[in-house]
Amino acid sequence: MPVSVANSQVVYDAIKHADVKLVSALPETWLVHLIRMADEDPEMTLVRLAKEEEGVGVSAGAHFAGVRSVMLMQNHGFLQAINGIVGVSLLYKIPLLMLITDRGGFGEKDPWQTEGGKHTRPVLDALHIAHEDLTRPDEVEPRLAKAMALAQSSLSPVALLLGRDLMWEEPS
Amino acid sequence: MGGAELKRIDCLKAIYPELEECAVVTIMGAVAAELYSLGHRPNFFYLEHAMGLASSIGLGIALSQPSRKVVVIDGDGSVLMNLGGLTTLARSRPRNLVHLIFDNETLLSVGGGAPGGYRWFTTATSTGTDLAGIASAAGFPRARTVRELEDFAAAALDALKGHELSCIVAKVDAEMPKSFLMDLHMLENRFEFPRALQLAIKGRSE
Repeated sequence: MPVSVANSQVVYDAIKHADVKLVSALPETWLVHLIRMADEDPEMTLVRLAKEEEGVGVSAGAHFAGVRSVMLMQNHGFLQAINGIVGVSLLYKIPLLMLITDRGGFGEKDPWQTEGGKHTRPVLDALHIAHEDLTRPDEVEPRLAKAMALAQSSLSPVALLLGRDLMWEEPS
Repeated sequence: MGGAELKRIDCLKAIYPELEECAVVTIMGAVAAELYSLGHRPNFFYLEHAMGLASSIGLGIALSQPSRKVVVIDGDGSVLMNLGGLTTLARSRPRNLVHLIFDNETLLSVGGGAPGGYRWFTTATSTGTDLAGIASAAGFPRARTVRELEDFAAAALDALKGHELSCIVAKVDAEMPKSFLMDLHMLENRFEFPRALQLAIKGRSE
């Protein structure tokens, strides 16, 4: 599978380094290794969601209990979770770090990914959710640490968009 | 629909003394107002929006503080908005979570003020949807429906003392609370709640 195992490990190590103890997730192709790593890590609690909006609640509960968490999803998962993000994370001022695999951009070959990818950044911007791209392995750990710092200090959602150049190894 | 003799407030009174050490997450509206009317505690969190996510918040707490009992006080309208959440609870199966659902077969708090009152908008439980049956089929090890106060009290106290994920659906009267007044800003509640949860844990480990 051309999903990058090495870079998935880099992202997972950065999650661990940010003192995250709980990951909630729905799978998508680019996330398979990351989810497997969380599943195989005895120190990590993996919550397998039925629908992404639940993850916003799970992360809020973890925050109340003093535990750091991240949500793993793709563009459509983010769009699915909007009501929870607005009604829990934004309304109640709760930190939420979202790692969104950024499908549908340049290089996308699956027609069905293209619409969700197109709308992710405009929706993040409309909600004033700070976001940055992750495209190179060397930027992953410092950027994820900074994203977590901002989520915790601003008590708000923050998004990192995991790009094709980071997650996918197939030559274009 | 309706005809149920069981009242939410009496159910809440029956479990109130047992909630002191628990993390309690309620939905908005009548449930929140009535629990608040019995006496607010900092370990009570009233989710004033985001219908369906009270149980997800409870799950996050239960997995993060396994030694604490978590009580989610939900309603039929909210649960129906997040039926998938029941499957997530069941597969995560936290042994310290009790899911109480007050089923009044209506969207009382959001629709009860309309002309015609609560009959204006019933939920699918009014036409036969069985939430305890759904929870059970989702994989809850314990799920049952109660219609009498004695049965509710016995089931709830048993679940609170037990160590198994439990769901109790109480078929209750679709009656407005005496007051919706809550003299507590949602953000004040939002900040006191984690302080109560985390202080107690720190205190215990010392």
